[in-house]
Amino acid sequence: MSVNRIKDLGFPLMNLVKLRGTPILQQLLLEERLLRSSSDNWCIINDGTNVPTIVMGMSGKPCELLELEPVIKDRISVIKRFSGGGTVIVDRNTLFVSLICNRDDVPNVQPYPRSVMAWSGSLYSDVFKGISDFQLRENDYVFGDRKFGGNAQSITRNRWIHHTSFLWDYSENNMAYLKLPSRVPQYRLERDHTDFVCKMKDYIERSVFIEKTIKAVGTQFRLKELNLDDIDDTGREHLESTRLLTMDELKEAAANTTRTQSIAQAV
Amino acid sequence: MASSLLWASRVASRLRISVSQRGFSSVVLKDLKYADSHEWVKIDGNKATFGITDHAQDHLGDVVYVELPDLGRPVSQGESFGAVESVKATSDINSPVSGTVVEVNEKLTESPGLVNTSPYEEGWIIKVELSDAGEAKNLMDSDKYSKFCEEEDVKH
Repeated sequence: MSVNRIKDLGFPLMNLVKLRGTPILQQLLLEERLLRSSSDNWCIINDGTNVPTIVMGMSGKPCELLELEPVIKDRISVIKRFSGGGTVIVDRNTLFVSLICNRDDVPNVQPYPRSVMAWSGSLYSDVFKGISDFQLRENDYVFGDRKFGGNAQSITRNRWIHHTSFLWDYSENNMAYLKLPSRVPQYRLERDHTDFVCKMKDYIERSVFIEKTIKAVGTQFRLKELNLDDIDDTGREHLESTRLLTMDELKEAAANTTRTQSIAQAV
Repeated sequence: MASSLLWASRVASRLRISVSQRGFSSVVLKDLKYADSHEWVKIDGNKATFGITDHAQDHLGDVVYVELPDLGRPVSQGESFGAVESVKATSDINSPVSGTVVEVNEKLTESPGLVNTSPYEEGWIIKVELSDAGEAKNLMDSDKYSKFCEEEDVKH
């Protein structure tokens, strides 16, 4: 038996699912189901999603976070996901990496946001070793002081998910659908969007990033690749909270925003 | 953090409980029961009030949103009934005992930070009518819970 094989035997198993262009709603619903109904560890990598989509965190309010008129006019889909964190607009140039873990299989990580975040920072330090000053800054992945990856988590009694959307590339037009959020990291200072974010494609090849991420995960888990069709969809029922907002909801939010602004002006 | 220390000292002094002198320890109140998922419960006849502990709020960070259950919803011991959002994470709140939700703390909608500043008082989360008062025996008392928290923190 080889040394590597012996080393592997001590690591917990993690299922690896590699997707390409999977709709982000489908990905998030899968992740929520696996977090709540599976007892396995999972690494899900989605190389781009099919259409531009806005994804808000659990507590996100469309009227506060979105430029609703153009979102409605251009019929951009808006999803509310089951994890916390901020709002992103994702498309085929976004890379997604999600890690779902049993707390007992990562015993050096406490099931709290800061501990999980620190662990993820350490994992991605391996991925970006030697590449332009990568660090975890507050809760973002940055090169220097420019953000290229946004994180979110959901923590249950015995499991947690840490998922990331990486800005491989992005369109300024798409960014215009999002308002500046009221809560911004301190390191952002007064910078506008173009000065605050950067494009991952300027630092690493797409395929190299995916390969190195899998390798980094493989230093802590035994990886077993599965296709989407192989995933068992039986298992205990759970209350699904990830959902697509309806056009009526968005229009109502826009109408309420207009009413509020009119009242503010009248006063 | 300074305000948390001040609050902790005031509560500890009022209830005359001792806390470990090993730096800042989370506050644990003597008249409550505790779940290993870091929720507290105060039982009063066939009603119970729940919240998350000082240990939990300290580890979660600033709470920015609390997802409250609907009135009349059944809750089961050990099962999730809601969530708090802090930093970038949603974290389940698990029910320490089983029952039916009869009141939720509406103040948390406008002021979710009460969970941080006053986890045992103004930051209470729900009240339930108990379905099985005997379940409380599965919970920890304050001494056991204090030890549990210390052991958890030492491990990491």
